[in-house]
Amino acid sequence: MTSLDRKLWRDLWNIRGQAIAIAAVMACGIAIFVMAMSAMESLQLTQASYYDRYRFADLFAMLKRAPLSLIHRIEELPGVLAAQTRISKDVTLDIPELREPASARLLSLPEDTRGGLNWIHLRAGRFLEPRDVDNVLVSEAFAKAWSMGPGDSCKVIMNGRLRRLHIVGVALSPEYVYQIRPGDLIPDPSRFAIFWMNRKALEAAFDMEGAFNDLSLQLMPDTNVQETIRRVDDLIKTFGGFGSYARRDQLSNRFLSDEIENLRHVGVMIPSVFLLVAAFLLNLVVSRIIGTQREQIAALKALGYSKLSIGWHYLKLAFLIVGFGWGAGVLAGGYMGHGMTVMYTQFFSFPILQYHLTPRLVLTAAGIALLAGFFGTAGSVRRAVVLPPAEAMRPEPPAEFGPTILERLGLARFFSNTTRMVLRHMERTPVKSAMSILGIALAVGVLILGRCTADGIFYMIDVVFTLQRCEHLTLTFVEPRGRNVLQEIEHLPGVMSVEPFRSVPARLRFEHRWRRTAIVGLQEHAMQYQLVDDKIRRIDVPKGGLLLSEKLAQLIGARPGDTVTVEVLEGSRPTRQIVVSGLAKEFLGTTPYMEISSLNSMMREGSLVSGVYVRCDSKLSDELYKTLKKMPFVAGVSIKEAALHNFRKTLADTLLFMVMFQTIFSMVIAFGVVYNAARLAVSERSRELASLRVLGFTRTEISAILLGELAILTFIGIPVGLVLGHFGSYGAISTFDTELFRLPFHLNPSTYGLAVVIVLIAAIISGLIVRRKLDHLDLIAVLKTKE
Amino acid sequence: MKTALVRNNSAVVGAAMNTKSSLPASSDESPVSLDAGVGVFEARQLTKTYHMGEVDVSALRGIDLDLFEGEFSVLLGPSGSGKSTLLNILGGLDIPSSGTIRFQDKYLTDYTDDQLTQYRRQHVGFVFQFYNLIPSLTASENVALVTEISTNPMKPREALEMVGLSHRLDHFPSQMSGGEQQRVAIARAIAKRPDVLLCDEPTGALDFETGVLVLEVIERINQELGTTTAVITHNAGISAMADRVISIADGRIAHLHVNETKSRPRDLSW
Repeated sequence: MTSLDRKLWRDLWNIRGQAIAIAAVMACGIAIFVMAMSAMESLQLTQASYYDRYRFADLFAMLKRAPLSLIHRIEELPGVLAAQTRISKDVTLDIPELREPASARLLSLPEDTRGGLNWIHLRAGRFLEPRDVDNVLVSEAFAKAWSMGPGDSCKVIMNGRLRRLHIVGVALSPEYVYQIRPGDLIPDPSRFAIFWMNRKALEAAFDMEGAFNDLSLQLMPDTNVQETIRRVDDLIKTFGGFGSYARRDQLSNRFLSDEIENLRHVGVMIPSVFLLVAAFLLNLVVSRIIGTQREQIAALKALGYSKLSIGWHYLKLAFLIVGFGWGAGVLAGGYMGHGMTVMYTQFFSFPILQYHLTPRLVLTAAGIALLAGFFGTAGSVRRAVVLPPAEAMRPEPPAEFGPTILERLGLARFFSNTTRMVLRHMERTPVKSAMSILGIALAVGVLILGRCTADGIFYMIDVVFTLQRCEHLTLTFVEPRGRNVLQEIEHLPGVMSVEPFRSVPARLRFEHRWRRTAIVGLQEHAMQYQLVDDKIRRIDVPKGGLLLSEKLAQLIGARPGDTVTVEVLEGSRPTRQIVVSGLAKEFLGTTPYMEISSLNSMMREGSLVSGVYVRCDSKLSDELYKTLKKMPFVAGVSIKEAALHNFRKTLADTLLFMVMFQTIFSMVIAFGVVYNAARLAVSERSRELASLRVLGFTRTEISAILLGELAILTFIGIPVGLVLGHFGSYGAISTFDTELFRLPFHLNPSTYGLAVVIVLIAAIISGLIVRRKLDHLDLIAVLKTKE
Repeated sequence: MKTALVRNNSAVVGAAMNTKSSLPASSDESPVSLDAGVGVFEARQLTKTYHMGEVDVSALRGIDLDLFEGEFSVLLGPSGSGKSTLLNILGGLDIPSSGTIRFQDKYLTDYTDDQLTQYRRQHVGFVFQFYNLIPSLTASENVALVTEISTNPMKPREALEMVGLSHRLDHFPSQMSGGEQQRVAIARAIAKRPDVLLCDEPTGALDFETGVLVLEVIERINQELGTTTAVITHNAGISAMADRVISIADGRIAHLHVNETKSRPRDLSW
């Protein structure tokens, strides 16, 4: 090791406290970057290879019933590479351990399991054999939830008849990576299953011989998807087609792709803040070191060291700190990324979800870290490089001071001499003071930012589950039924009130933009399903017009007063022009709403309902569920409490884990910034303060000067940080804006409070450390040292 | 002892009057009368003006000076006279505002920044008033700082032995007295076997006894290694140990003085 490198390590050791603080901030940023990006790459890679190897389809369509011969016309469409027809039916399950009925989707499997599209991956047991009738393969998530496997069986109501299905295998499919029941917030594997059955068995059970109701297509690359959708829809229209949709709108793929996108946001935004702070702290520390080593630099130059070697010497110091941060960050990020990937296996079912931390990502992280280090220190290092040695030999001229603005405003008499010293010092170095304030503000801001997601989600739960959804149960029917079903349900045990809804698949078109969705018809003055406006005030469905969710309105570019085209994809498939009469705030999905009787008359149907919202007496619910399990026309029962419980449990596992990490990371920032500001202040002013001690100032008095400055910086920084955190969170929340899911911007007052308290604690601890330093100030030595 | 009042601010004239055998003994009045001694430095019409905010400060106002090989010269002058500026220019730390300076057969005034760095690295040893040791390095490491980048250096231990500090190799500057620190600085300066040793107030921060010790070391280096040595000081007491005393005042050479007999540092007083 050269002597200059020895100096480097010893300099580093002398500032170890600050170096650790900076490396820690850097490590947090790198860790989040590595975690998010590696998890993203792992998901992306797995998704791509899974889709490819298991021939995940490009286009999907559901219809009522079409003859198998239709497939030939579909295969002839331009761009269609392969087509697969299936039978798909939603049924209810009776699971003894579960009080309420669960749901399942039955899917036909071609006899040649390796043909066609949407292959399945067998996890346990065996594939179906041609003669299997009551044998099924079951989706892994459901099997795991109930510890089921080959040899177990399940009671299912199929077409009105109770059947016992025997599980011979456990399987996965690229179609159900995210296995969520339509309409649910998050997957509940215990209440939703996929069953794969022999086609013959399904044909027999549902009278679908020679017919299909589910279509998947594989398209040639570069096929015009919109055009194909139009052509397929034309073909399946007469067979009760509900409208075809591309892979990007396929529910499971959508959730998965949104998650990948979300990871990308997280991996870019949050690390940026941390790296910015780390760069800023490096700047403070390195410029201070270079300032105090003015004469050493001059001496080195006099000894014949080149500018380059001196510049590199100080850059190396920065890069060492950065390197430690990077190393720790990669380790922590790899660990967290692995944990995140393991967590994803709870939500996403892949044959293998392998965690990949690629060397490329590790190097990218190094590049980013070095870049941050370079930008943080380049300015100061440049000063060291250009410092003329002869000039550096001369002591620095006394710094220029003047009365502060406050003093010039005539407020001088209110200030003691020590206060004046504090204020003048801050005003003389406005950039440094401003940067310290900004650093503290960023700490506050990051703390708020770290909690905004959780706040938003809990607020959303509150709005959705307590304000909007007042039902206990939602029953959906296999087929729309007449209104008399309401009386039938009302008379079931324990039912207190019933409200109907109608759900109609439709395409909404405005100008050239369109979306495939389902219009929900609600009863006027509905009590169990309430709509709200952007201020979260209850609003009613309009009689006649269409109420769009804000997101849908934004997607198709329609505003209240515009007339949109509704192409119904069910029944007589009418196309209607309807006026948008208002907007509703919705956090999930893109549903348009109508008053139910208006919807019925638009459909030119009787008073049909697709399902009901039910409020019931919890004491009698067991009996009610038992009855519901036996009702063949009920396709699904979803219990609000169960959904809420599931949601909360999942959040507790995942989100709170993230919030905890982010809070810890934010505390690192808070502490790093305040501690560094404090240490710098000591280093810069110990001479001055020692002189005051020699003049007879007490320890408390000189501490007051130094800590006073810290306190002022902190107290200015905190409100700035609150504003920064507020708007930063607003920006972060607005990235959670997908067709499936939007987060409300809502920050709890406690979030602001916590941020302030944590930063104050960091400030106080830093202050105490500094105070200790001041108490041990060696007066003689300090005065002897030539600054 | 002869004393010459120098006209034209020229120290070269003084060189001509030097009677010491190793130094030029020509009586020629020409400013470039270097036939008898080998000129290491030849400065002509050096000026240096600093811009300090709104005022210009003239540190050097036209200096002609030759330094000869093996010579021990003292540049004497009060603070602010410009002697440090002159030393910095000789050492390649600073560049003159006008004039030329030749070292051996090269003009420093033509050098680029990188060439000046190489010049300092190869030829110059510096000793500063405040030692300018690297506080985070031990005595031997401070010396190694130089030996690592020069072509034919001594071993750090060897250099420290020359200044009588072989027992302090692993001490940090903060563990040494001022005199010891200055001797480390001298060891650091001579370890590269420089052609010239430039000392800026080497005793300025030391008490008398320690100062003498340091001067003895410098004298020994000058005599044993034959290193051309220039010491600047405001302390007239030191000038008795020089071959030649160049007095500087107000940015000009005011006075030149050749010592016929040099005193030993022990015999100095101030």
